[in-house]
Amino acid sequence: MMTVDAVGLEERAADLAKRSIKKHAKIQGLRIAIGCIDLTTLEGKDTPGRVAQLCRKALTPDARDLSLPHVAAVCVYPSLVGTAKKALQGAEVKVASVATAFPSGQSSIAVKLEETKEAVADGADEIDMVIDRGAFHAGRYRDVRSEIEDVKRACGPAALKVILETGELGTYDNVRRASELAMEAGADFIKTSTGKIAPAATLPVALVMLHAARDFERRTGRRVGVKVAGGIRTAKQALQYLVIVKETCGDDWLSPAWFRIGASSLLNDILMQLWKERTGAYQSDEYFTKD
Amino acid sequence: MTQARKTKTAIRPANGRLAMTAPSDLARLDAWEYAPAPEARDYLAIKPRYELFVGGRWQKPKSGRHFATINPATEETLAEVAQADAADVDRAVAAARTAYEKYWRRCPPAHRAKYLFRIARAIAERSRELAVLESVDGGKPIKEARDFDVPLAAQHFFYYAGWADKLEWAFPNTNPRPLGVAAQIIPWNFPLLMAAWKIAPALACGNTVVLKPAETTPLTALRLAEIIEQADLPPGVVNIITGAGATGAALAGHRGVDKVAFTGSTEVGKEIARACAGTGKRLTLELGGKAANIVFDDAPLEQAVEGIVNGIFFNQGHVCCAGSRLLVQESVHDVVAELLHRRMQTLRVGDPLDKNTDIGAINSAAQLSKIEELVRSGDDDGCSRFQTECDLPARGFWYRPTFFTGVSMSHRIAQEEIFGPVLSVLTFRTPDEAVEKANNTPYGLSAGVWTDKGSKNFKIASQLRAGVVWSNTFNKFDPSSPFGGYRESGFGREGGIHGLLPYIEARP
Amino acid sequence: MTSRVAVRKTLKLYIAGAFVRSESGRTIAVRGADESVNVALASRKDVRDAVRAARGAWPAWRDRSAYNRGQILYRLAEMMESRRAQLIDACRAAGLTARVSEKDVDEAIDATCWYAGLSDKIEQIFSTKNPVSGPHFNVSTPESTGVVGVVAPNARGIAGLIAAVVPPLCGGNAVVCLASDADPFGAVALAESAATSDFPAGVLNILTGRRSATAPHLAAHMDVNALGLWDCASQERRELDIAASANVKRVAGYGAADRSVAQMRNPYHVVDFLEIKTTWHPAGL
Repeated sequence: MMTVDAVGLEERAADLAKRSIKKHAKIQGLRIAIGCIDLTTLEGKDTPGRVAQLCRKALTPDARDLSLPHVAAVCVYPSLVGTAKKALQGAEVKVASVATAFPSGQSSIAVKLEETKEAVADGADEIDMVIDRGAFHAGRYRDVRSEIEDVKRACGPAALKVILETGELGTYDNVRRASELAMEAGADFIKTSTGKIAPAATLPVALVMLHAARDFERRTGRRVGVKVAGGIRTAKQALQYLVIVKETCGDDWLSPAWFRIGASSLLNDILMQLWKERTGAYQSDEYFTKD
Repeated sequence: MTQARKTKTAIRPANGRLAMTAPSDLARLDAWEYAPAPEARDYLAIKPRYELFVGGRWQKPKSGRHFATINPATEETLAEVAQADAADVDRAVAAARTAYEKYWRRCPPAHRAKYLFRIARAIAERSRELAVLESVDGGKPIKEARDFDVPLAAQHFFYYAGWADKLEWAFPNTNPRPLGVAAQIIPWNFPLLMAAWKIAPALACGNTVVLKPAETTPLTALRLAEIIEQADLPPGVVNIITGAGATGAALAGHRGVDKVAFTGSTEVGKEIARACAGTGKRLTLELGGKAANIVFDDAPLEQAVEGIVNGIFFNQGHVCCAGSRLLVQESVHDVVAELLHRRMQTLRVGDPLDKNTDIGAINSAAQLSKIEELVRSGDDDGCSRFQTECDLPARGFWYRPTFFTGVSMSHRIAQEEIFGPVLSVLTFRTPDEAVEKANNTPYGLSAGVWTDKGSKNFKIASQLRAGVVWSNTFNKFDPSSPFGGYRESGFGREGGIHGLLPYIEARP
Repeated sequence: MTSRVAVRKTLKLYIAGAFVRSESGRTIAVRGADESVNVALASRKDVRDAVRAARGAWPAWRDRSAYNRGQILYRLAEMMESRRAQLIDACRAAGLTARVSEKDVDEAIDATCWYAGLSDKIEQIFSTKNPVSGPHFNVSTPESTGVVGVVAPNARGIAGLIAAVVPPLCGGNAVVCLASDADPFGAVALAESAATSDFPAGVLNILTGRRSATAPHLAAHMDVNALGLWDCASQERRELDIAASANVKRVAGYGAADRSVAQMRNPYHVVDFLEIKTTWHPAGL
């Protein structure tokens, strides 16, 4: 497995974050970013009402600009998949469901698989699972891997995103190891975080995962996408992630087929930036609907 | 989700030999291009003509002659600067001598410290202006001037300010005294930073200075003179005279000078050593290099490739300590070469003032033709050459990032300093062989070692005959870290406590 | 009736980057230049809060580059220079003459400048690479000890206070300082300079009041790593040493001689609050 030097990695990520994205490149980048968002609500107090309203926002992020793309997906808890599916009927926005005892993953495999199957049966297009970090840190990599394979089978036609919870893995070497494990086990996407702990997504972590995905494709011919989630709130951050994807893997990865951003408040910050580019004035968030 | 096409791994170099992943394979569908992101330069206020800064005043050269300095990215003339001849050198040395005797050698060390703190602060305050000027006069990317050259220059003054009144702690049991007047000649690759490296320790130790910047990059040194004026440094403590090789020779050879410090080519360094022969002048030289960057199979390869790229393409390869020879363990040669080739495709060559530019202009037409000549020798010697495919601006001096594989020690491109964005790749089998090849050069300025194994890092570092060893990193500089070479890369150190030694008399 | 009515200041404690009253709510009246001034009287709970703030601030302070810490100390010197008149007034409020006050303040500023320049040199002066027998790379380097409790000199003026707090700060420690009973004015003036000098909150904490009430608690506190004790009489020193032994604090004692001009430029005053770490690493293939 390729080892990672943390100091060198963080320097490279910081260098990429310095790219200056202006004018038409900024507008184009922000539009790409919108199209890559998994608009997310994962709270204990989520209700069908809340989810239905979020789905409206997913379809039409800005009522004043209907030329904008819709987001890639909406991401919810399994109990709300049905609501989301109904609200998004006929649209291209996917329904992604977390599963496998999200966010901790501390349940039996039977429970995790059952949850996955229910979510798929309710209509989920994508499943965001969590890996067993306890098993990972105990060195039981084979168990981690076979669990992913089992969940992949339970997904049936749905795509599988595997959350590594990089904030709990401790080192970039572990992020690399977990990435390769997940891809070998059949993941369609590897994802940084649940968003429930800090640190969540960071530029260096994304860089390691993109290196791993790029190398995996080179080795096997199969491309696995990368999703960054948690703590991405500003348009500037979104553009930084796009730069890292572009310069590590190439422009053809800049699409929801291969890159996703799990976020909620990010969408409005992107809209504010687009309006600033259009009018030249800094914006107030009062002019943008939360959902 | 659809499967992606398998990417090819055939290699195809620019000069028709071998094959590698072609850039066109990394297909750009619906590409996201960066827009120009130019740094503003309208507030720079470059005067049409600059005189010599001698004795705290701006004085016309005796001959009345000036010469032009151009922007190597556009070939436009930026300004005219004075041509100092032997008579001007006389004046400058005399001014430095007067300032030394009358004031500076008697100046309480704490006051010297405060003047240097002021200069450090002023550089930090005017950093944007200095960075843009540096980029425009020398061709380096604004990103580097802004994030590396200028902050480090300020830091150098700040660091040495702190030593000025603590010399007895650097050299216990001695009576550290200044030498007198220092003649300092600096190159065009890091003009402001080299000026800081020279002036700061000299002043901290109580010497006065006559500094000659390189003829193609005088403007930031002259702006530093304005900052020195603003700091109310007593007149004559720092004198800055512009000119070319003849001016430098006159300055180094001047009998009224106690110390000579030179950074530049090994060839000129030897001339200066000859000129100082038998005079009793103290001398330090920081000359050329042909550094080996050694990558083992157990290196963190992605970061090693970043280190290789930084090592040879930083500042367009115009770096004496550039990692210009990649010594890669044979078992990982192909992997590294491919990673390197792919990584190089994202290097942006172009307008130095664009904030996204990674590789700026070559400093001069003369340097460009030297690079081209050595690259031709690489082709003629049968090495395989790879260059990135990118458009170059119509005017200005440019060279695409390049590397050669199939190089051996007997090729000119493995022995001679190219001083451009051209890397020579050689292989080795065992650590002993790597060390042997790395040391097999008359130079000895720097070296890089890439391995995840700590004990190997320490072992190899201890065996390399180089003044600076970078382990799992490259091109790291700090004012507290001594820098300088072994053998024909020069002698003496700049930075740290060791950097004070060349500027004091420590004997009882 | 046309003369101006002045706005009077309460002299407060400086804890976690903010100016707060004592949690006890108590003050003590001190005679200033023209009027009686209320000064916060620090309690043992204020000591507790200050130590907590210092402990919280220390890791980030320690992890900054030595260069950065030097820059912040230099900024403190800049702030003091720009407030020179105010600092002189504070000294005079404590009863010093104009001439002595000016000399004291200039001394304080220049000493701060000196230690600012020392920050990124301490490691070079006091580290060694050791020529051990055998194939090992062996290096000894100093690092900060943690939270340093400082009992300030019994003097009036600012220079003595600088001599007491700047060296441990220079070494990367966080400081809780008990100001001199005799002079709360200088302490607060210094705190105000520090508050505008880019020090992260909690790195420097200054408590006014009576040191007899607070010093024993500082000395006994299990989360304080070292003590700098100025002008302690032998009985007081003995008691504080006994209290300090509970967690093996490093204790350094200083007297009037240690705040002479020469001694205010002494790297060993920094070393008093540094640990030495030696690491070994094999050098082999």
